[in-house]
Amino acid sequence: MENILEIKSLRKKFGQFGVEDVSFSLPKGYIMGFVGKNGAGKTTTIKSILNMLHKDSGEIKIFGLDSLEHEAEIKAKIGVVMDSTFFEENWTLIQTGKALKPFYPDWDDYKFKQMLNTFGLDPSKKIKELSRGMRMKIMIACALAHDPDFLILDEPTSGLDAVARDELMDILKAFITNENKAILFSTHITTDLEKIADYITFIDNGKVMHSDTKDNLMEKYVMVKGGLGILNEDQKRLLIGYQECKVNFDGMILREKLELLPNNLATEPVSMDDLVIRFNKGGIR
Amino acid sequence: MNIVISNKSGLPIYEQIKEQIKAAIICDEIKEGEILPSIRSLAQDLKISVITTMRAYTDLEQEGFVSSMQGKGYFVLPKDSEHIKEQKLREIELHFYDAIAASKIIGLPNDELIQVLKILLEEQN
Repeated sequence: MENILEIKSLRKKFGQFGVEDVSFSLPKGYIMGFVGKNGAGKTTTIKSILNMLHKDSGEIKIFGLDSLEHEAEIKAKIGVVMDSTFFEENWTLIQTGKALKPFYPDWDDYKFKQMLNTFGLDPSKKIKELSRGMRMKIMIACALAHDPDFLILDEPTSGLDAVARDELMDILKAFITNENKAILFSTHITTDLEKIADYITFIDNGKVMHSDTKDNLMEKYVMVKGGLGILNEDQKRLLIGYQECKVNFDGMILREKLELLPNNLATEPVSMDDLVIRFNKGGIR
Repeated sequence: MNIVISNKSGLPIYEQIKEQIKAAIICDEIKEGEILPSIRSLAQDLKISVITTMRAYTDLEQEGFVSSMQGKGYFVLPKDSEHIKEQKLREIELHFYDAIAASKIIGLPNDELIQVLKILLEEQN
C-alpha cells in the first residue's frame, strides 16, 4: 500500500513540551483520525508536517517526497484547514479566493464558486460576517479548490454545532470516495471519528501511543465492570484507567488479558472516548 | 436492498452490514450476478469507515456469498443452498445452546425444555 504520509522519529521540543519520537504513516485512500487531549502534541505534529515549525529531527515524507526538499510541489497538492481562519477579515469570500489562486497552479475558480454555492455561502459576504460554521466551510472551499490529494484538518470541528459537524463529515466522505486521496484529521471530539475514520493515531504527552486501524483498536480493548472485592491486586493492575467507587469498579483491559479476570464481570465494547479517557488515566500500557 | 445500521445493536458495524447483505441474497432481493454497491460509495452513504465496509465485503467473500472481480467490484455468487443450510443449522444450534444455558439457570428439567419447544412449534402451526 502506498503511503501519502510517512513520519519517522519526529522530534520538536519547546522546553518540556512538544513531541518526541512521533512515527506513523497513512496509506492513500483512507481517513486517519489524530486523537489526543489538548496539549498532547497534535498541532505541533501537524505544523511540523506543513513546515510551519522547524522540526528538531526526524523525517517527514508526503507523497513519498521529503517535506523540506520538495515543499513547493507538495504544498500545491495539499489542502489545509486549521482551527481558525487566517484570512483577511475585511475581504469578501470572492476576494479571498482570488488572493489564494496565484499560490496554486491547479486552482479552479469554477469549483471554488460551486463549493460556495453548495455550502450556502454568499460570495459577496465578508469573512468577518461569517459564523463559526461558515468559517469552517470557507476554509474547506479554499482547501479543496485546487483539487488536493491530501487534506489536513486541525481541530476542524471544535466550536461547531452538531449540524455543521455532520455536514463536514459528509464533505470528507465525498472527498475520500476517490481512492487516491487521503485525510489526516485531528480532533478531541471523538464522536466525529467513531464512524468515519479508517485509522486512528493516538498521541499523549508528545508520544504516539497507538497507530492502527480503528476497527483493530476498538477490538483490542474491552471495558469491564463489576462489584468491589472481585479483583485481587494483580488483576487490578491489568486494567487501564482503573477506577472504583463505593459500589463498583470499572476499567479497560486488553481483550487477550480478559481470561485472567473472573468471568462474572460485565464487559462491553470500548468507545473512542473510553480509549482517550482511560489511556489518559493510565495504568499499564 | 436496505442496510440499516444501529449503534446500539451491540453487533460490530461490519457484522451488521454483512448480515443484512446476506439476508438480501438469501431471500433473492439481490440476485446472482448482481454487483454490490462499491465499497467507497457504501461507506459514503453509511458515513462509516472504508476499512469497516471492506471487512464486511471480504467476510462475505470468504463465506462464499460474493466474489470480487478486479476493477469491477463485488458480485453475488450463485446461492449454494447446502452452504446456506449449514450456516442456518449452526445458527439454530447456537440459539439452542442459549436456551439450554437459560434452562440450567432455573433448573428446568430437559423434558420440560423439550415440551416448551413442542408448544412453541404447535403455536406456529
